[in-house]
Amino acid sequence: MSGAKEIRSKIKSVQNTQKITKAMEMVAASKMRRAQDRMQASRPYAEKMRTVLSHLAQAHCEYKHPYLQDRDEVKRVGYIVISTDRGLCGGLNTNMFKAAVNDMADWHDKGVEIDLCVIGKKAAAFFSRFNANIIARADSLGDQPTNENLIGTVKVMLDAYDEGTIDRLFLVSNNFVNTMTQTPYVSQLIPASGEVDEELEHHWDYIYEPDSKPVIDALMMRFIESQVYQGVVENIACEMSARMIAMKSATDNASDLIKELQTVYNKARQAAITQEISEIVAGASAV
Amino acid sequence: MAMTMHVNIVSAETEIYSGTVTQVFAPAEMGEVGIMPRHAPMLSTLKAGEVRVIPEEGEEQSFYVSGGILEIQPHIVTILSDTAMRAADIDEAAALEAKARAEAAMKDKASEMDYARAKAELIEAVAQIETLKKLRQKK
Repeated sequence: MSGAKEIRSKIKSVQNTQKITKAMEMVAASKMRRAQDRMQASRPYAEKMRTVLSHLAQAHCEYKHPYLQDRDEVKRVGYIVISTDRGLCGGLNTNMFKAAVNDMADWHDKGVEIDLCVIGKKAAAFFSRFNANIIARADSLGDQPTNENLIGTVKVMLDAYDEGTIDRLFLVSNNFVNTMTQTPYVSQLIPASGEVDEELEHHWDYIYEPDSKPVIDALMMRFIESQVYQGVVENIACEMSARMIAMKSATDNASDLIKELQTVYNKARQAAITQEISEIVAGASAV
Repeated sequence: MAMTMHVNIVSAETEIYSGTVTQVFAPAEMGEVGIMPRHAPMLSTLKAGEVRVIPEEGEEQSFYVSGGILEIQPHIVTILSDTAMRAADIDEAAALEAKARAEAAMKDKASEMDYARAKAELIEAVAQIETLKKLRQKK
């Protein structure tokens, strides 16, 4: 019965792997539900923020915030890249990095330099491997990220913009379409643009309290932060569902593998028995 | 018909209140403001305090906000509440921390980012994943 023992231990080891992937799938599934709820809960804020911003963009204000103005010359651009902290989530990070790198390469070809802000360990590991210029990073945000953890990271990029180090700021993250589909996107954060509301086309302006500058400054900062926060929350929902799918297919693969190995094992066992019988019969007839 | 307006109170982590009301009180930067429908457009920062709304029907409700932004349009009032503690020096400290984290990781940084190599590696990784998917479908 040569080989049968090896096959049996192989089956055992695949079964153990399957147990792990199955457990990870279930953990991801339960976390996914909570992550999706959190994503839904934080959506109204990001949406309202966008609405207020588009109103503001249409107001005829004496103070034009720099985040709303296009700079003619672009010498350096900034990217905020949101990734996961952990792997084993299929092609989620890889696809997102690809979108990011393609976009960056376009700028690079135009002779524009790039500064990076990375959120999540995977992005930090990936971009530092290629000697990207990372000026801020945040990781280990956990499953329930709070705005507090992001303020500092985002402020580094906003300061860079204020000082004129960077002339544009982009956000790269994953868009949660549904459990099966996540699409990477690159969107421009600064200069920000709002949708046009026809009702507000006449000449008007807000009353500001205490003064236009501090109010608009505070608003713009929160706007950028809210977009990044929404990106982070959405990326977690993406991560969990991508991991669930990846682990589900790993579990299925393990089942297939076990089935195949079982067949091989049965054949080996049968062959061994047949051989034994024929040896006995041959031995008996020889006597 | 009594005049009404729509009020949304949201924070980064959740929607706090949304509904049709006749009057709103909010702790604006320069003192509490009472807002009735058809107020002129206004934008203000909020101090920590109580936001009260008088709904079209039912009891007056109040919410606590720790600061934020108030936007008024004639028929829509939006209150963007902060969840995090905000102050210039706290923000500054957080920014420095984020920078330090990046610098610690960049110590052995060589020259410039190698886009061609990054692209090539990513294309390979994506191809691997695609192939695995196809292999699975064939079975």
